[in-house]
Amino acid sequence: MVDVTPADAVPPAEVGEVELYHPHSWWTKYVFSQDAKVIAVQYSATATAIGLVALVLSWLMRLQLGFPGTFDFITPEAYYQFITMHGMIMVIYLLTALFLGGFGNYLIPLMVGARDMVFPYVNMLSYWVYLLAVLVLVSSFFAPGGPTGAGWTLYPPQAIMTGTPGGQDWGIILMLSSLILFIIGFTMGGLNYVVTVLQGRTRGMTLMRLPLTVWGIFTATVMALLAFPALFVACVMMLLDRALGTSFFMPAIVEMGQQLQHNGGSPILFQHLFWFFGHPEVYIVALPAFGIVSDLISTHARKNIFGYRMMVWAIIAIGALSFVVWAHHMYVSGMHPYFGFFFATTTLIIAVPTAIKVYNWVLTLWRGDIHLTIPMLFALAFIVTFVNGGLTGLFLGNVVVDVPLSDTMFVVAHFHMVMGVAPILVIFGAIYHWYPKVTGRMLDETLGKFHFWVTFLGAYLIFFPMHYLGLMGIPRRYAELTDMTIMTESAHHLNSFISIMAFIVGFAQMVFLFNLIWSIRHGREAGGNPWRATTLEWQTPQTPPAHGNFGKELPIVYRWAYDYSVPGAKEDFIPQNVPGDFAPSKEPS
Amino acid sequence: MAVVLVLVLIVVGSVLFHLLSPWWWTPIASNWDYIDNTIIISFWITGIVFAAVVLFMAYCVFRFRHREGNRAVYEPENKRLESWLMIVTAIGVTALLVPGLFVWSRFVTVPSDATEVEVVAQQWQWSFRLPGKDGKLGTSDTRDVTADNPLGVAPKDPNGQDDVLVEAADLHLPVGKPIKVLLRSIDVLHDFYIPEFRAKMDMIPGSVTYFWFTPTRTGTFQVLCAELCGQGHPLMHGVVVVDTEQDYLAWLGQQQTFAQLSAPQQSGSANQPPGKTIASNLGVAANSELSRSAQ
Repeated sequence: MVDVTPADAVPPAEVGEVELYHPHSWWTKYVFSQDAKVIAVQYSATATAIGLVALVLSWLMRLQLGFPGTFDFITPEAYYQFITMHGMIMVIYLLTALFLGGFGNYLIPLMVGARDMVFPYVNMLSYWVYLLAVLVLVSSFFAPGGPTGAGWTLYPPQAIMTGTPGGQDWGIILMLSSLILFIIGFTMGGLNYVVTVLQGRTRGMTLMRLPLTVWGIFTATVMALLAFPALFVACVMMLLDRALGTSFFMPAIVEMGQQLQHNGGSPILFQHLFWFFGHPEVYIVALPAFGIVSDLISTHARKNIFGYRMMVWAIIAIGALSFVVWAHHMYVSGMHPYFGFFFATTTLIIAVPTAIKVYNWVLTLWRGDIHLTIPMLFALAFIVTFVNGGLTGLFLGNVVVDVPLSDTMFVVAHFHMVMGVAPILVIFGAIYHWYPKVTGRMLDETLGKFHFWVTFLGAYLIFFPMHYLGLMGIPRRYAELTDMTIMTESAHHLNSFISIMAFIVGFAQMVFLFNLIWSIRHGREAGGNPWRATTLEWQTPQTPPAHGNFGKELPIVYRWAYDYSVPGAKEDFIPQNVPGDFAPSKEPS
Repeated sequence: MAVVLVLVLIVVGSVLFHLLSPWWWTPIASNWDYIDNTIIISFWITGIVFAAVVLFMAYCVFRFRHREGNRAVYEPENKRLESWLMIVTAIGVTALLVPGLFVWSRFVTVPSDATEVEVVAQQWQWSFRLPGKDGKLGTSDTRDVTADNPLGVAPKDPNGQDDVLVEAADLHLPVGKPIKVLLRSIDVLHDFYIPEFRAKMDMIPGSVTYFWFTPTRTGTFQVLCAELCGQGHPLMHGVVVVDTEQDYLAWLGQQQTFAQLSAPQQSGSANQPPGKTIASNLGVAANSELSRSAQ
């Protein structure tokens, strides 16, 4: 039997009602705001703005690859600057910031039934430091020598040498400084998310009643707090190597015929530090997407998520395992070959909990009542692209298969499918889903359908064929593909096709942006709970929720987040804050 | 319903693309067809899983799409089904991993009769060094690199005097004999990659890395750098020619040793190693142009 009285529920830590900071002016209400919802919008808007820069950079790259020799201004130097900034912006400044700073800030307090984050002032600081990090990053476009062209992995020694754009100019210094700032800002926000989930839950909201969205963001944040310090250390050391001539990562080196003063450093140590951060980073992006998409599927299929407890444990297992797989990015780095046995095994083990998540998503559809709303469409598209990208990960993780495929376009196709396209499809689905709560209005559905079909099919047509270029052996990070014996005429045509698709998909994002802005005023009125969802953010007295979220009394939680289509209940959903027993509920207890 | 159709088309289209498209790996020229076989196994297993999941999804959307009066079934868990799925997945993963690790152990176990050949990378060209009559490569150090000793061979090491040096030119290898390539860089990271050999490995300044292979057919193969090494990266091409034993020995006889090259009176244009192909001349020209622009 389900536990229906709050008295049975384990109360979270005894946190009394705390007086929130009340803004006194327009500035403290909308700019230097301590309200997590305003901070969420600030994070999202900044991430989207810098994401547009990354989109334009990807177009420039595709111009060069699709139509080589046509655009004189895309020199090899410029090309490497484009790929570096595109990669870094997408992974760190867009995806990480949007999932954790954007969705985390908006959804955690609302979904756990808190008035705000536990430390609102620190939360505000987190955004402003993030904005500073973005500005420092952008400034490198205007610095002498331009931004760094070291590749987003920033591998030394080349990252700080003259043969690489920005290596001996400002570019690399600004990049490293920006990353350091980002990590400082993220840490302030991340501590907030973790503490709010652990300490700020309302009465009755046990950990096993949390929506999977919160579980995904929470676990990703814990991982980020553990993984980012490795990148922080690597950045500080490389900054010292570059600025003060130390030798953390720099061995004895000859640069253009000149002996440099460096000695005794280890280039491969940087790779270990980078990927100790870099692999968990993949899941820092993926786990919030996993969580969000679980809730989208459940809500729009009007069915409880299948195997909730297994889903929670899978998230935790993936999070933990992702800290012992990092060197699968380094199979051909020259590290000790016996590492390959260990890291291939751990990497393929991760496939098991990940596969369980996929099964549970599709089993949630099974015998559901599937509403093909736009969030649902994006969720379905996510499953297709994620399964595709995840399966090619089994190629690259299986050490010996990685040997021919590593550093080829196969890798580019794989990671774009699995941590580019798939999580971004979830972001879109999530925006269509929660926009009515943020603004009180629905996004336009016709524009939404156009956006969905072009983005989903276009992205698949870009990245699915790209795997086969890698299988041919075409390396990644080549500014030009000329004078190569393996490069065929038809492969050039395929590249042109991919480029054209990239322009089309990019254009569809402009339609989406228009929809976002237009619907603020002209969208259909949404009401408080347009999707008839169970979770607490849809039960607020006002829409958009006011400062403090829940009016006078905080909600009390009586049930898990997935009471959809409960037999015996009148409606096909029962919100978490509705008391009463309806049926032989099989809620996990 | 469009969704159902599209999901089915994605599966059918992807499979057809895989089978019919002209983009596939280059004909292999080394013993690493084991790797190709492992890739084929991976394609089969992952292809079946992809088709199964997406087609199942398409069926669910078709069968359980919303219609007036529909209600979803309330079923939070099904322990039996979840356990079965986990077991089947574990078996599939094992079927991928075991052959993979088996081939990897071959890849990292160099046969004792393999001939050592050194590859030295620098921005943005390839050089090579072969052991001389003593069968041993002399030691080397980045600190020994000078204009007259671009590969940094230790000048005093007796083992190095008879080493054959191939500077910024083509490497020849005999067919059918296992080769252990020792990889060294004097500046940044590079990666020695020949698509037809299916093997590659990074080169790290300050360390010597390696892999081994046996060339299985004669021919001319292009070397690509597969680790971003600065703005000249995409032009860092080289050439490896796999010869019959006879042709190989003829080529080897024309090469110069470290001792010959470092003796000042012998360095003249008459002693330039012949046999540069047009491709490598192009490559070298492009490289020197790049190094000029960098200065």
